[in-house]
Amino acid sequence: MNFKPSKPDKVVKWDRALLPEIQGLSKIDNYILHGGYSALKKALEMNPYDIIEEVKKSNLRGRGGACFPTGLKWSFMPKNTQKPKYLCVNSDESEPGTFKDRQILEYNPHQLIEGAIIASYAIGANAAYIYVRGEYNKWIEMLQSALSEAYAKGFVGDGILGSNYSLNICIHRGAGAYVCGEESALMNSIEGKRGYPRYKPPFPPQFGLWGCPTTINNVETITNVPLIINKGAQWYSQIGAEKHPGPILVGVSGNVNNPGVFEMPTGELLLDIIYNWAGGIPNDKPIKAVFPGGTSTMILRGDELEGVRMDAESLKSAGSSIGTAGMIVMDSNADIIDVIRRVAHFYYHESCGQCTPCREGTYWMFKILERFANFEAKATDIELLLDIAGNIEGNTVCALGDASAWPVRSIIMKFRDEFEKRVFESQTRISVSR
Amino acid sequence: MLNEEKLKRIEELKKYYPNSQSLLLPVLWMVQEQEGYISESAMKYVSELLKVPLSQVLGVVTFYTMFKRKPVGKYHIQVCNSISCSLCGCSAILEHLQNRLGIKPGEVSSDGKWSLEAVECLGSCGTAPVIAIGDEYYEELTIEKIDKILDNLK
Repeated sequence: MNFKPSKPDKVVKWDRALLPEIQGLSKIDNYILHGGYSALKKALEMNPYDIIEEVKKSNLRGRGGACFPTGLKWSFMPKNTQKPKYLCVNSDESEPGTFKDRQILEYNPHQLIEGAIIASYAIGANAAYIYVRGEYNKWIEMLQSALSEAYAKGFVGDGILGSNYSLNICIHRGAGAYVCGEESALMNSIEGKRGYPRYKPPFPPQFGLWGCPTTINNVETITNVPLIINKGAQWYSQIGAEKHPGPILVGVSGNVNNPGVFEMPTGELLLDIIYNWAGGIPNDKPIKAVFPGGTSTMILRGDELEGVRMDAESLKSAGSSIGTAGMIVMDSNADIIDVIRRVAHFYYHESCGQCTPCREGTYWMFKILERFANFEAKATDIELLLDIAGNIEGNTVCALGDASAWPVRSIIMKFRDEFEKRVFESQTRISVSR
Repeated sequence: MLNEEKLKRIEELKKYYPNSQSLLLPVLWMVQEQEGYISESAMKYVSELLKVPLSQVLGVVTFYTMFKRKPVGKYHIQVCNSISCSLCGCSAILEHLQNRLGIKPGEVSSDGKWSLEAVECLGSCGTAPVIAIGDEYYEELTIEKIDKILDNLK
């Protein structure tokens, strides 16, 4: 089961564009010195419709997990409406294994702000909210100081750069709820409510914040926007994987020598990322398994990694998904039952409690996995887990239910022998104690 | 209840939100920042201040795990207990903290100095294992490092 691949040796050269190798970019003067806010100037001279077309042509896809084409999402915003329109930027970042947005908040907040202004202008919003998870208070302060600088320079506020376009940006601090990363729960949280996901339809462009047309984009997605405006859709669409182009922030954590966030073009081999970017596995142990994009994505066994690339299409054909591109690498020593017990606890803890299958199911799965962890598993427990997972999936308002069912199902599917062994060991212990 | 500076800040924030209910999270944060936790009387105060039903204030306070209804220690320690941290040894860190402080997750030390909480992913997986004390993150921890950090907190 444990797999030790031949080590790839290619490291792609990439001139970083989301997290450039420039010191002090978080200060506005330095950011401007390096070409910052030039995309905004260019965008304000463009027709909003043309900006959306340019983003469509670039083929930029959302970096929050769903990979939805960003330009298309923007084009859903109604044109003829009297209601105010809103942009929400999602930095709730709570998916285990995901720590990329934080880097943007710390090292390149102005590119995020610039992107948010351009996006707001394109969709016709005069107010934007950047929703940041509550634990990131330090990074909220960094973003706030960047935002104040942008206000002072006239990039945000009334009549931006002498145009007749006005925009207010407000940072909204979350308070510890993973589910608020779900777009409709995020809007409820901004509205001062419990973070319950809403039924869809109606979708946010029809009925979003306070019932008004709203677009929600991930921080990394928005940070890509100034690049597209400055260098053009043609340039952008040529980077990395054809159907999922652009630079991407890949987080690598777990059992690797050099964990961290790496910016690279999409479509890099997962094994290249693990061995060349993240420095390989400590003591050269074999890879047991990898969550390719956070714990909500289907786990891949070490022997399934060969040839799989970090882009939406490649990971889909491998039977998983790219998620947030936050890879968690587990070496041959990792206890897969402890891993899934913790994953199950996460979803049980984070379930908002609105839908019965998720509220009860996540707790039930966690209790059963605790039995596995404590060597008290029953012979019927494996089937029971699969049955519960199957009954959560597709039966909840939001995707948290699915996200809780998938890892349980994929881990049992791929490591069934370990679960069966644990059942056998449990039975032996129980009979001995009798 | 809230001090002048915070009331002024609330007035400024009103410009960014179309109704007062939407100020609930920012105002609850201000209460917690000032008082250390959100008491029942604080909830009544917020309910009157923002003209939001008390039931809704309570609903919001109980929904979000970072809002505390009881006082926490002067130093509130959150230990990340998620996957990447567990692969890098967070269990030993949590155990060490419990032994050193003599409290379990969810408890406050008798002198009120420390409180401990085992939390889900803190979003710092690349520098696991991680704890947060207040707003400050401490990363790539070892037991020796933790001891040094705690020794320096008076």
